[in-house]
Order: sequence, then C-alpha cells, then structure tokens
Amino acid sequence: MSTLVIAESRQGDLRAATYNTIAAAKAKGGDFDILLLGSGSAAGADSLKEFGAGTVYYSEADAVAEYTAESYAKTAAALVGEKGYTAVMMGATTTGKDMIPRLGGLLGAGMVSDVIGFDGANYLRPMFAGNAIATIEVNTPVAVMTVRETAFDAAAPSGGASAVAEAAAVGDDRAKFIEYRLTESSRPDLGAASIIVSAGRGVKDAEGVKQVEALADLLGAAVGASRAVVDEGLLPNDLQVGQTGKIVAPDLYIACGISGAIQHVAGMKDSKVIVAINKDEEAPIFEVADYGLVADFAKAVPEFMEKVKALK
Amino acid sequence: MKILVPVRRVPNPDIKVRLKSDGSGVDTEGVNFLVNPFDEYAIEEAVQIVEKGGGEVVLVSIGTADCEETLRAGLALGALRGWLVETDEVLDSAAIADVLAAVFKEESPDLVITGKQSVDTDNNQAAQMLAAKLDLPQACFAFKVELGDGKATVEREIDGGLDVKEISLPAIITADLRLNQPRYAALPQIMKAKRKEVKKVSLGDLGVEAKSATKILGLAQPPARAAGQIVGSVEELVDKLVNDAKVL
Ligand SMILES: Cc1cc2nc3c(=O)[nH]c(=O)nc-3n(C[C@H](O)[C@H](O)[C@H](O)COP(=O)(O)OP(=O)(O)OC[C@H]3O[C@@H](n4cnc5c(N)ncnc54)[C@H](O)[C@@H]3O)c2cc1C
Ligand SMILES: Cc1cc2nc3c(=O)[nH]c(=O)nc-3n(C[C@H](O)[C@H](O)[C@H](O)COP(=O)(O)OP(=O)(O)OC[C@H]3O[C@@H](n4cnc5c(N)ncnc54)[C@H](O)[C@@H]3O)c2cc1C
Repeated sequence: MSTLVIAESRQGDLRAATYNTIAAAKAKGGDFDILLLGSGSAAGADSLKEFGAGTVYYSEADAVAEYTAESYAKTAAALVGEKGYTAVMMGATTTGKDMIPRLGGLLGAGMVSDVIGFDGANYLRPMFAGNAIATIEVNTPVAVMTVRETAFDAAAPSGGASAVAEAAAVGDDRAKFIEYRLTESSRPDLGAASIIVSAGRGVKDAEGVKQVEALADLLGAAVGASRAVVDEGLLPNDLQVGQTGKIVAPDLYIACGISGAIQHVAGMKDSKVIVAINKDEEAPIFEVADYGLVADFAKAVPEFMEKVKALK
Repeated sequence: MKILVPVRRVPNPDIKVRLKSDGSGVDTEGVNFLVNPFDEYAIEEAVQIVEKGGGEVVLVSIGTADCEETLRAGLALGALRGWLVETDEVLDSAAIADVLAAVFKEESPDLVITGKQSVDTDNNQAAQMLAAKLDLPQACFAFKVELGDGKATVEREIDGGLDVKEISLPAIITADLRLNQPRYAALPQIMKAKRKEVKKVSLGDLGVEAKSATKILGLAQPPARAAGQIVGSVEELVDKLVNDAKVL
C-alpha cells in the first residue's frame, strides 16, 4: 500500500495544491513518494525533502520540460508500473483534472475526482454540485484521484530527508505546449486567500467591479466572480467561483450582487463565514449566508470600506 | 471533417437533488432530464466547424432507452445522426470511455468533442480516459479551437488564465463555457431531429464489456450550515464580523 503524490509546479514555482495533496496522502495513511516534473523540478524536489516522502522523483528532461497531459501521464504511468503504487493523487487543479484521468486510462485504473476524505479503503467525494457526498469504492489494483484542496490543510515540513532521484521521462510529440497567457494580478490567488470578495451580475459594470476590487484591496483579499460576470468579460475566466470553476473555502467570503445559483454556491459553501450583499431579500444566497445585508452594493460597499478603515 | 460528440443525459442541474432516504441514489421523481449543458457547447463547436469546413457531426449517447430523447435534443442543434448505446447498467467513466472507444472505432472521426464535465457527477474523466485508451492527444477545457492542417491549436482555460496547446488530429477536445454560445433549437429543427437516423446498439453489438472500475456505495447529505442572520446595517455587519465571527 503506497501512494504516489504528483506535485505541481508552473514556471519553476511549486503550486500550493502540492501541499494539500501531501496532506491528503498522509490522511490516507501508508508510505508515499512524490513526483515533480518540469523545468526547475530538481530544485523543487529538493524543497520537498522534508515532508515525509520516501523518495522525491523529478525530471527536467526536454520531453517534460513543459506540461502536457500526454507526456506527464506517460511518465507517471511508467513510474507507477515500476514502483507498484496502489494510489496516485494530485490536486484537483486544472492540471490534475487534465492529466489524472488520462493516467487512469493508461493504467486501466478507476478514478475518483475531488476526494474530500477517506473511509477505510473507500473514498468520499461530493457529487451533484456538492448536494451529496458519495462513498466510492475503487475495484482496480491502482486507484487514481484528484483531491479537493480545500478539504486538506496544507502539509508543513515534518523534518527528515527523503531520497531524491531522477525519473525516466517519456515524451509525446503529438502534443505541444505553446505558451501561457496568464492573467496578471497583484492580488492573492483565489485558492490561497483567506478573504475573497466576489462580484455578481448585480455589480452591473466595470465601475461596479472596480468597487469590489477596491474593497478586496483594502482587505488584502482575492477577487472572485460569478459566471455571469465572467461571461460578460468583466473579470477573467479563472476567477469564476463555482461547481465548474474554482472551489474555494476562505475564512471570509463576501458575495456582492450574487443571486446564489446552485452552481455558484457549490463553489463557496464551505467558506468559514459567508456575507451576502444583495438588494433582493428573496435571493437564495441568503440561505447560505451567515450574515446577510439587504442593500444596494453600490451604497453598502463604500460604507463598509469606511467602517473598516475606521477600525485600523 | 467528421466529428463525434458524446452527449450525456443529466437531471436538470437547476433543481436541487433529493437523496433517497436509504442513500442508494437520488430521487428522480418529478425531475426532468436535459442534455448535459457542457455537451451543448461541444455540439455547437462541432456544428460550427462543419458549417465552415464541411463534414458531419455524429452524436452518441450511452444509457437507458430514455437517452434517445437526449440524443434527439442534441440532433436538433445541428448534428446529422446519432448512436444510442442502450444499457441499463450504471457505467462509470472508465466504462463510458470503453464504450466511446468502440464507437470511435466504428466511425473513425477526425475529432471527438465532449463537454468538460457532467454536471451531475462532476467527474471530468471520460474524455481524458478515452484519449488514453485510444492513445490520442487531448486538449481539455477549450476556450478557443483553431483547426489547421492535420492539427488543432487550442486555447485552454486553466488556473491563472489560459494556455495554448497544439495537438495532431485525430484528437479529443473538451468544451468549457466560453468556447461559444450554444444555439437554441428552433421548432423546425426539433421536428426534423425526430426523423434523423439513430442507430441503436447494445454493448454486446459493439463487443465491449464496459466494466466499471468504481462503484458508488452510497450517497449522504453533506453537513448543513448553521442558519445565518440578516443584519440591519453596514455598521452592524462590520461589528459582527469583528466581534462575533472575528474575521476582520
Ligand atoms: C453548465 C453550467 C455551469 C455553471 N457553472 C457556474 C459556476 O461555476 N459558477 C457560477 O457562479 N455560475 C455558474 N453557472 C451559472 C449559474 O447558473 C448562474 O447563472 C450564475 O451563477 C448567476 O450569476 P449571478 O448570481 O452573478 O447573476 P444573477 O443570478 O443574475 O444575480 C444577480 C443578483 O444581483 C442582485 N442585484 C442586482 N442589483 C443589485 C445591486 N445594485 N446591489 C445588490 N444586489 C443587486 C440581484 O438581486 C440578483 O440576486 C453555471 C451554469 C451552467 C449552465
Ligand atoms: C445517482 C447516481 C448514482 C450512480 N451510481 C453509480 C454506481 O453505483 N456505480 C457506477 O459505476 N456509476 C454510477 N453512476 C454513474 C457514473 O457516475 C457516471 O455515469 C459515470 O461517471 C460516467 O460519466 P462521467 O461522470 O464520467 O462523465 P464526465 O467525465 O464528467 O463527462 C465528460 C463528458 O463525457 C461524455 N459522457 C459522459 N457520460 C456519457 C454518456 N453516458 N453518454 C455519452 N456521453 C457521455 C459527455 O460528453 C460529458 O460531457 C451513478 C450516477 C448517478 C447520477
């Protein structure tokens, strides 16, 4: 019984989900190794030595210098074949969602998406926009899974020193990474922020979005959005919170002008404290809010900012 | 170009599911079923590609006989014909991918476009597993697809923005929400779809075993949030956040 954790880096930087996934491997129990691929992964592997893994594998080979699902899944499959892991896990990031099912297909392994816990040999995961928690049994020798980052607190270094070894990279030249077109932002990541201020259709326009952003900046918060706002091009895609966007669970989630559709709520209902500002007292968002304010956000947000500034 | 689009029948995603009291599944009494919304983006993309460059769009749905309704709803959006792989078995993504691989071999399409995820299971697995089983390249969460000579350049929605990937054809692409704006089926199209060819086959006809690798043992209600309160003013809100919730 041993697990392979697939760590994730982008442009040389380890991504936060890596630490949540290590925590999930520890929660599952048994030994685990880590695999980190891509340029800069030798240094990345070194920084993962103190998290309790047996061996941290890495490869900076050309074939895997940049991420493609094809080459990464093949490389991981080869390592799984060689070492005989019984479980493979990765964060439910867009990369995990892209490559883990492909790895499952290569290995003929059953897959569980968005694991939030373990029940003996079985897995717990949300379904139906978070309205049901399913217990899943995997009946293949290897189980592959993505883990929901918000369900596992990031692991901290626990001392000791894992072995570090190079993995054999396998390429696939039918798929080529061309480039990133990342959104420039000085605000914290949605996944990492302890406060998120989210804009819905109720903020109406760019002016309204600016107000939400100003509040976020005052609080050191990340900005999120409902699908409606993203579809209108008011905020970038990757800020969409929800069932089919980013799943978040900050200490404080402030929803401005968001109605509370099932798909949106699925992405934020595990937040510790939820505030809803909406001018319609019947809006379903109030059913999940700890504190609801029935008001026009355009008046409430500036007033909120005044009060917060007065605290400081 | 021939494009295969798998369409899945899902319970109306805007209705909150009720679990059966014994946790064996969901109560679908009175729930209407629709084409998985993401699959409408997949169909739309396929239809637009064919409208521009010629070819045909073929749909496939796997499930009970009721999936014919789903299939015809998809055909009304501009696909030419469809496959209905009839089974009463509950199949997991691995099994769905096996079935899709068998249909792929019958049709030899240049491209498969699926939705990025089913909105009931939220699995986000079937397409990637299919790609692995067929040993074909994939581009998931497509934001924009551009077809070239024997290849596709795909902008993908990823954490932090977009990336761009080039894949050779045939390949598997999954559709995200910003890929296009799916059309509504007009009445004449709905009428026409009733007469379009639907090939009904069983798993046996296709020669696939379709063994599920996972099993849902039970469904439970997630823990409910404690009831919240409506505050009367911004001042009260800030006071509660500072003194009660201690998050500011
Ligand atoms: C396949 C699929 C996937 C989806 N995935 C997601 C997802 O991941 N995330 C997501 O968010 N959505 C998702 N959706 C969309 C979802 O169903 C809703 O349409 C969307 O969340 C609505 O966004 P909204 O709340 O901003 O807009 P609306 O529902 O239009 O709500 C606007 C709210 O603003 C309020 N308001 C208006 N003016 C003001 C004002 N001046 N001050 C205060 N309040 C005001 C109104 O009372 C209203 O409640 C998905 C839909 C589909 C079909
Ligand atoms: C209440 C309930 C209970 C269930 N219980 C079990 C169980 O006990 N055991 C079990 O093995 N499974 C069970 N399932 C079914 C199983 O979860 C799904 O059928 C399976 O996971 C396949 O879809 P997917 O989630 O992989 O699709 P995804 O990978 O999320 O879908 C991606 C895309 O694949 C395509 N696709 C997916 N399914 C089909 C299809 N049927 N036909 C055509 N195209 C498709 C669509 O284009 C879709 O957009 C249950 C489902 C429900 C709703």
